[in-house]
Amino acid sequence: MDTNQNKDTAKEKEKDKDQRKIKSAKKMREIMTTYYLEAMTARENNKKIAWITSGGPVEPLIAMDIIPIYPENHAAMIGASKMGEDLCVKAEEMGYSSDLCSYARSDISCAQVNGGPIGGLPRPDMLVCCNNICGTVLKWYEVQARYFNVPLFILDTPVCHNGYSPEIAAYVRRQIDEYIVFLETVTGEKLDHDKMTEVGHLALQGQKLWQKILKTTTHKPSPMSAFDAFFFLALIVTLRGTKIAVNFYEELAQEMEERVQKGISIIPHERYRLLWDNLPVWYQLKWLSQKFSDHNACLVADTYTSAWCSAIQYIDENKFLDSMAEAYTRIYLNIGVDEMADQVLDMIHLYDVDGFVMHSNRSCKPYSFGQLDIMEIVRKKTGIPVLMLEADMVDPRNFSLSQADTRIDAFMEIIKQKK
Amino acid sequence: MIFAGIDIGSITAKSALIQNGKLIGTLVIPTGYNPVTAGEKVFSDLLAQTNITPQDVTAIVATGYGRNSVAFADKAMTEIICHGVGAHFLNPKIRGIIDVGGQDSKAIALDKAGQVENFAMNDKCAAGTGRFLEVMAKALEVELNDLGRISLTSNAPSKISSICTVFAESEVISMIAGQQKREDIIAGIHESAAARVGSLATKVKIQSPVIMTGGVAKNQGMVKALKNRLGIEILVGDFPQENGAIGAAVLASRLSL
Repeated sequence: MDTNQNKDTAKEKEKDKDQRKIKSAKKMREIMTTYYLEAMTARENNKKIAWITSGGPVEPLIAMDIIPIYPENHAAMIGASKMGEDLCVKAEEMGYSSDLCSYARSDISCAQVNGGPIGGLPRPDMLVCCNNICGTVLKWYEVQARYFNVPLFILDTPVCHNGYSPEIAAYVRRQIDEYIVFLETVTGEKLDHDKMTEVGHLALQGQKLWQKILKTTTHKPSPMSAFDAFFFLALIVTLRGTKIAVNFYEELAQEMEERVQKGISIIPHERYRLLWDNLPVWYQLKWLSQKFSDHNACLVADTYTSAWCSAIQYIDENKFLDSMAEAYTRIYLNIGVDEMADQVLDMIHLYDVDGFVMHSNRSCKPYSFGQLDIMEIVRKKTGIPVLMLEADMVDPRNFSLSQADTRIDAFMEIIKQKK
Repeated sequence: MIFAGIDIGSITAKSALIQNGKLIGTLVIPTGYNPVTAGEKVFSDLLAQTNITPQDVTAIVATGYGRNSVAFADKAMTEIICHGVGAHFLNPKIRGIIDVGGQDSKAIALDKAGQVENFAMNDKCAAGTGRFLEVMAKALEVELNDLGRISLTSNAPSKISSICTVFAESEVISMIAGQQKREDIIAGIHESAAARVGSLATKVKIQSPVIMTGGVAKNQGMVKALKNRLGIEILVGDFPQENGAIGAAVLASRLSL
């Protein structure tokens, strides 16, 4: 009798889970598969490939019909498929320090052994590195440029500790012109400025849709969680500036609106709403989402996925190349701690959250440095509990499950006590 | 009505009973290999000691790293909340707790009502935990319980610079080889551990009065080192080890069953 009952509840749970599933996920997987397949066969189709950093200006590449490949997106896939440890160890055997970013370590070693979930990335014809996300990418891309013996373009975006200055504006804008010249030299073709305008328009449209999707979680209960955003993020990163991304996000936005109208929530009993900071812990997504869901807590928003629409205000689609300089320089990881804290506070109010979870990410120095200050500011200005979780985005050796378990339990006990 | 709290730590298992808001008994035993058996034993032995039958106990809360191994408990709560409640129950003025146990150390800041405001725990590292002291005691051929007493006789604590337990151990071994005084090395070890734990306390902006709990609170040398490090008075109550279990028992009395 008991076993039957258990079976029934398990079935019910499965059914419930099924009903809450976001339908667009299937389509997104198909798009990503096609994207990687096209990249793998680029040579046969006479197309060039550029590897580019996640915060790099991709639009000119799209306008010139160059396929952009993101080692960071690939490293996230490596992490999510729990293949990060092996590749990180391999990089350490090659002589890289275990303190080096785990994205860099897995990409550098993967290029040599063609490992990972898709057997390595297609060989690049050029590399585009923008240091708006961190300083590590400079050396990382230099290593890869030497390894593949291909040209490297570096876009240097000074950190805007105290806002954006005319000097920074002129400095970065001039490099955008150099960037176009670089691409024209490598491809032997001229940039079509009409096409550039169109791509700029699509990039902005895609970012606005992404923002709209992320904001649907202001609704209670939330139709999706940060864990879903981590997944759906891939398109705005890799296919920004294309019609494919715009079309997909239109559909996803519509699905979210429908979920809001029908009251379909992503977790069964949303009682507590949380904000997440820093990159995901890719190899523990399932455990973390279940853990929070068991506490009836939904991570409704995060500072990471919103970074791909946080600079919309600086974009002028009629002067895309000009405004791009500012938009790429003033992203979340390239501003001062006070401004970062302001953005966090805005999100806390917008999404009406009960707690703030900060992933202190051993790999990502620019993201994790300053977290203690932001924590203090948030605690002082809002009084909500803040949890610091030590981990790493790809290297599981920097994560302790039982410690994380106790910390999350204690954090949730404090939130419950307060509410 | 009687309520019980059970705290399964990495080295010891603790139990506490309260009746009508008063503590009526506590017990500490080694956890050993099996946390399930330890939970059963620490509870039944305490009942036997206090002449109480299991039926007399209205509710039980389990805590500690083995909190989910206590199947007969009504609820599992983390040691952070339990330490806060336990310290507040024993002394309502307490605003800060420094708990150093076998495998972790933590600092907890309480608000005026005794509710946890913030906490910080050691990261994936044994430095500044009971285990660190255990390793050092072994290297120095000193009983763990004698560390505190011996260190108090030191006038010039040795300087241990390594943060990592393993590296600190090699450092200690070279100090032994260099014939540094045992009491100085031990005092140095305490200062090194206190630096680690002290940074947790600073992180959560701990406020006085501060109480130290956990097995390591019985080490006077460690208490002294922490006092010097933080420049504040560190209290040690009558039940440093049982504090979490006592808090669990108080929380059991608040459960609506």
